[in-house]
Amino acid sequence: MTIRDAYALDGKLPSPDARFDLVVIGAGPAGTEAAIAGARAGKSVLLVDENPVAPDLMRTDVPLFYGLRMTGAVETPERMLETLLSTNPLLETAFELGVEVLLGTSAWGLYAPQPGLATLPGQLVGLADATRSWLIGFDELVVAAGARDFVLGFPGWDQPGVMGAMALKMLLERYEAFAGRRIVILGSGDLALRTALAALRHGIEVAGLIEVRACVQGNAALAAQVAAAGVPLFAGSVVTRADGGADGVKQVVITGLSGETSIACDTVCLAIAAVPAIELLAAAGARLAVSATRGGHVPMIDAAGLTSLAGVSAIGDCAGIVSAPDSLAYHAEWLAALARGSTGDTIVCQCESVSRADLLGVQPPAYLGARSECMAARNIDTLLADGPPDQDQIKRLTRAGMGLCQGRRCRDQVSLLLAAEAGLAPDAAPFTGYRAPVRPIPLGILADWAEAPGMSDGWDVWFGVPAQWTPYRDIGTEREAMHIAILGGGHI
Amino acid sequence: MSGSNVVVIGAGVTGLSTAWWLARSGASVTVLDKGVVGWEASSRNGGGASHYHSPLFQEEQRLWPMMDELLGYPTEYQRGRVIAAMTEKQLTHYHYMADMFLELGYAVDRIDPHQAIAFSPLLSDANLGGIHLHFGGHANPQRTVQAYAWATQDLGGRILQNTPALRLVAEGDRVTGVETAQGLIGCDAVVVAAGPQTAVLLAGIGIDLPLSAARAEMIITEPAPLMPVGGVDGNGLYGRQTLRGNLAYGGGPHEWLDTGPGSPPRPTSPLSRNLARRVAVLFPKAAKLRVIRSWAGVVENTPDGRPVLDRVHGNVTIGVMSGVGFGLSPASGHALRDLVMDGQCSFAEIGKLKLDRFQGLAPDWREQRGWFPAALA
Ligand SMILES: Cc1cc2nc3c(=O)[nH]c(=O)nc-3n(C[C@H](O)[C@H](O)[C@H](O)COP(=O)(O)OP(=O)(O)OC[C@H]3O[C@@H](n4cnc5c(N)ncnc54)[C@H](O)[C@@H]3O)c2cc1C
Repeated sequence: MTIRDAYALDGKLPSPDARFDLVVIGAGPAGTEAAIAGARAGKSVLLVDENPVAPDLMRTDVPLFYGLRMTGAVETPERMLETLLSTNPLLETAFELGVEVLLGTSAWGLYAPQPGLATLPGQLVGLADATRSWLIGFDELVVAAGARDFVLGFPGWDQPGVMGAMALKMLLERYEAFAGRRIVILGSGDLALRTALAALRHGIEVAGLIEVRACVQGNAALAAQVAAAGVPLFAGSVVTRADGGADGVKQVVITGLSGETSIACDTVCLAIAAVPAIELLAAAGARLAVSATRGGHVPMIDAAGLTSLAGVSAIGDCAGIVSAPDSLAYHAEWLAALARGSTGDTIVCQCESVSRADLLGVQPPAYLGARSECMAARNIDTLLADGPPDQDQIKRLTRAGMGLCQGRRCRDQVSLLLAAEAGLAPDAAPFTGYRAPVRPIPLGILADWAEAPGMSDGWDVWFGVPAQWTPYRDIGTEREAMHIAILGGGHI
Repeated sequence: MSGSNVVVIGAGVTGLSTAWWLARSGASVTVLDKGVVGWEASSRNGGGASHYHSPLFQEEQRLWPMMDELLGYPTEYQRGRVIAAMTEKQLTHYHYMADMFLELGYAVDRIDPHQAIAFSPLLSDANLGGIHLHFGGHANPQRTVQAYAWATQDLGGRILQNTPALRLVAEGDRVTGVETAQGLIGCDAVVVAAGPQTAVLLAGIGIDLPLSAARAEMIITEPAPLMPVGGVDGNGLYGRQTLRGNLAYGGGPHEWLDTGPGSPPRPTSPLSRNLARRVAVLFPKAAKLRVIRSWAGVVENTPDGRPVLDRVHGNVTIGVMSGVGFGLSPASGHALRDLVMDGQCSFAEIGKLKLDRFQGLAPDWREQRGWFPAALA
């Protein structure tokens, strides 16, 4: 007779709280247009966007690298909502067409039935706002999650005022809540040039662009506009440190052909690159590829934009960011130059205070106390003797990437540092996976407070195997039945 | 058997602890893994080390406090555990356990709700009390596996990652080598400690090990202030506070899997939300702490949930822990070393963990228990 294991997951995962023909994640231009097109085609459409992001999350540099350079305006969510609506006029159209629009709502998990997850009642996306989390079912899901910041560290980057270009763009153009006055931009590709122009448009002073290569990297017309605005380009230069005080950055020191130069500024904006925001897709098990011309790791998509997950497509920046064929090499050049210009005690992972020396020494965190001789003798070279670098393994040993920002600020630099140590080409750099929840969600909010009875009834602390916990000496005695009756499953 | 060549298949805690013990005894050891050291269950578990019921437990308890020093690398081992109840049913259950621990000679106290909170201040004010174990404990799984691996290397053992064992090569009733993509590795003895995949490898030489694999999930939060006792179970959960402060918790339903020879699937599911609820109920003062990751690992299960520690076929030693392998690892490696080198365990009687106890097991034992994967829609 075939029975069902009472303590297995089968039949216990909840059905979605609601269903839509189409769910769109991300209300940027690409996502909003996809939602509008869906509504025009007669579909029921849900459009979610995590902005306005809760200020406490912004302070941890999630989802972008805000570098604590947001104004107090972000503390007032109602005001922020208004601003976000007024800065994306397309949302109005979406509303009018009956799209259900949820702002301040993040998608933290995407789940698709697959081997090992056959118990899932169809495809689900997990959402959360400031008060609760819930699950939504869909026929089609469009991920339009945009890009996240590509971050490299240097001495002094772990202070307020060092931030990413995507965060700056968001604060300037969508939130109208950027607190800086005078910025220095790292990079001179299209992203850096556009960032400079956007800053200038918003009345921010741009004190210069720092470029590691010998000449400007971006589009000539954009470069000409930036130059015409009187923004100097420091080519062949690299940041050696950012100095600051209680409010963060006050000046940045760069080293180039002509020696050391200090530039007064309150913000250093990393605009070397932006990275497709693939975390939701990657955590769901979508197939990925590495593409220099698309900005690094991207979901594999077909001509229709469909990923390897049924009914799930990716559009806009999260599907790939047009990049130069040598973009990955360019990232690596930046990393190498910044590393050359700094000492090993430079922080790589801010959340867990892991320095470059700790990382490459594969050393455990300081709170574990004094290092044994054997431990001190281990390093990345001894580890590489065992095989290619594995970023997840090194993450667990050193804790780089294990913190509250979920590795957003260090995953790229750790990957590049390991690739450099192992002599791997940038497109073969190690990659650490993503896991749900892809946004940090408080326990009390992630919790399923309306848990179905089947879940509670069929809960055991472990597997509910009746004989497992019988003390060895009682196995095969008459006492065994008593233990099984009491310890044998249903430890709820 | 000192100086003999032993191949250990599987660089999980069981295989690596065995390799380390063998290397300490002068054997020449080669450990093979299909992936990276500890990549499967051994680095993905709750880190719990309180398996009172096992014949290996006393040896485990003796060894754990010495492991950092013996291995030379940190394991983050912490002694002691609190089990706190949120319901009367749980409390009755935990008290039963405490009585049993006392009978077995392990020190344990019943504690009231205030005492529970004193040990673990994040616990709910509505807790009903529970028990405090003066034994047992927890350690960091990834650090521990890596420590065994490095300590084995320090003693001259070889660890070959990304080298799956494809087949055991037998001559007569002895295994003479292990076939890998990189060639045949000859051996005087073999230890099969490949977790859920152990059965597939043994089947190749005609040994039937009944095993079924399932996926189990955990979640982890951002750090909280350190509690005096960080090993807190209860409310249907197992887990620990790491020395960094994170709360790492698992429990609840598992999903049965088909495991072929490759890497098993280990996605997580919305069960994260049910785990979050139970953690938030047990630790309401931590309800604002953010969950930053979830993960799953694959657990090897024998029909009775007990390990198989046995030497068969002359020189084939089997080490399968049935879901309690992490905590017992210092002792399981010792026992397996003894089986390989001396044919019997030196420190405990483990006869009831032999493979032949499953003779006569119904061929449809999985169906009888419902231990098979759900059909993918
Ligand atoms: C979520 C979770 C929580 C848990 N909590 C606890 C706990 O708190 N306490 C506890 O004691 N236990 C716990 N466990 C169980 C524990 O993790 C396992 O019992 C233990 O890790 C088993 O170790 P192992 O070395 O026997 O097997 P594994 O860790 O599975 O290692 C087997 C190794 O063999 C390798 N392998 C497989 N096939 C081949 C091949 N053909 N060739 C070469 N290599 C191969 C695999 O890659 C793997 O590395 C938990 C497990 C999970 C998943």
